Amino acid sequence: MQSVFASLPGFLYATWLTIEIAVLVILLSWGFGLVAALGKRSRIAILRVPCDLYIWFVRGTPAMIQIFAVYFGLPQFGISMSPFVAGVITLSLNSGAYVAEIIRGGLMAIPKGQYESPIALGLSHAQSFRRIILPQVARIILPAITNEAVATLKNTSLLSVITVVELTFHAQIVIAKTFQPFQFYILAALIYLLLTTLLTRASALLEARNAVRS
Amino acid sequence: MQPLLQVRNLRKSYGSLEVLHGISIDIAPGEVVAIIGASGSGKSTFLRCLNLLETPTSGELCFDGKPVEYGEEGWGWRREKQLQWLRSQIGMVFQSFNLWPHKTVIENIIEAPMIVKNVPRYEAVAEAEDLLRRIGLAEKRDAFPSRLSGGQQQRVAIIRSLAMKPKLMLFDEVTSSLDPQLVGEVLNLMASLAAEGMTMLAVTHEMSFARSVSTRTIFFDGGVIAEEGPSHVVLNHPRQARTQRFLSRTLPVIGPAVTVAEIQSGQARVAQDLSAGA
Repeated sequence: MQSVFASLPGFLYATWLTIEIAVLVILLSWGFGLVAALGKRSRIAILRVPCDLYIWFVRGTPAMIQIFAVYFGLPQFGISMSPFVAGVITLSLNSGAYVAEIIRGGLMAIPKGQYESPIALGLSHAQSFRRIILPQVARIILPAITNEAVATLKNTSLLSVITVVELTFHAQIVIAKTFQPFQFYILAALIYLLLTTLLTRASALLEARNAVRS
Repeated sequence: MQPLLQVRNLRKSYGSLEVLHGISIDIAPGEVVAIIGASGSGKSTFLRCLNLLETPTSGELCFDGKPVEYGEEGWGWRREKQLQWLRSQIGMVFQSFNLWPHKTVIENIIEAPMIVKNVPRYEAVAEAEDLLRRIGLAEKRDAFPSRLSGGQQQRVAIIRSLAMKPKLMLFDEVTSSLDPQLVGEVLNLMASLAAEGMTMLAVTHEMSFARSVSTRTIFFDGGVIAEEGPSHVVLNHPRQARTQRFLSRTLPVIGPAVTVAEIQSGQARVAQDLSAGA
């Protein structure tokens, strides 16, 4: 037990790195997801086809292979990135494909009249989308997007395979020193559980607030 | 007087199916026009072409003396600017209200004046409050639309359009999704607008509205204007056989939710308010 307490500062640091990666990846995945969702809805083929291919490819292949391909594969073509950068980009693109489908579903759930009424009042398409459509989509997709964020948070553990010293990799390092796999895997698991719990709680609070404001 | 709206040979097709076969009409300022006809006759499509929610396939539109260059469907900054100009002057009210559920009543009303016309917030709020008082919903200022009855929502939707100070109002079957007992309050508001001299085009199934509020009635059938003229003539003494058939099918089914007398008393009240200098 003593070794567990002694290792806490190190775990704290690794946890912080996990949080950093997760926050970056989640925010970036919303950006990729929004662009891909809009692209997939476009009538213009040059926009639609690449977005379609992106979602199709990313959802159809394992995240682990994607991470290997970017981190170990791209240097063959002279594109080298630090493990952190490669990991964040790959996970963002990965999660973005799922987010795109979530957003697309949200967009489809908005009644046609909500698209038309701001336009009829003279708002531009961009203004209508940002001020009228997007806030409503955000409410609809909150549960699904929280789910995806939780999955993303846990997926950061995949970056241990490319030497990012996040929570999982840090646990493995400590275990290699102490030969106490049970304690430290449980500790890592509990930290992940704490983080995902915070995330779902925050989402539940937002949902409750939205229920009042409508 | 120069017409507010001129439509010449307007056509609209979806693929190979033409739903409007060349509509031409002039609307003078202050006219209240009822558009009647069976569903599928093209009357809603016609209305939606006027503010370019639907892009006509061909034909000329002229609003307030200026030709509308609606161009091809699609993107384009200049096209959007022109259409925004047009739409900011033509209000439209829909069958399904289309209030924004994530915004309060007052936020719904001030949105377009603030965003489109850059009206300062305090000014937009003051005007919105005036409009709300006028329809007797001042206390609903900060309510969300879901807390309002259908009739209240539709009246808010109407004043949301009025807040842009439009020159022309389009009504697309605005009472069709209301419970019968809520139809009257909406029609009364429309009657009072008509009494103030607002130019209005209303696609409607409410024959009482067409009869007692509109100055002119247009009967659509199969994508053409089959008959038009002063409302009392078209509705009481239609010349065309198809107009007669349509009206004979329509009139008996009407259980008048609002009576002509009610509308007229609404008009009279507003006229009194106006002459009292309100």
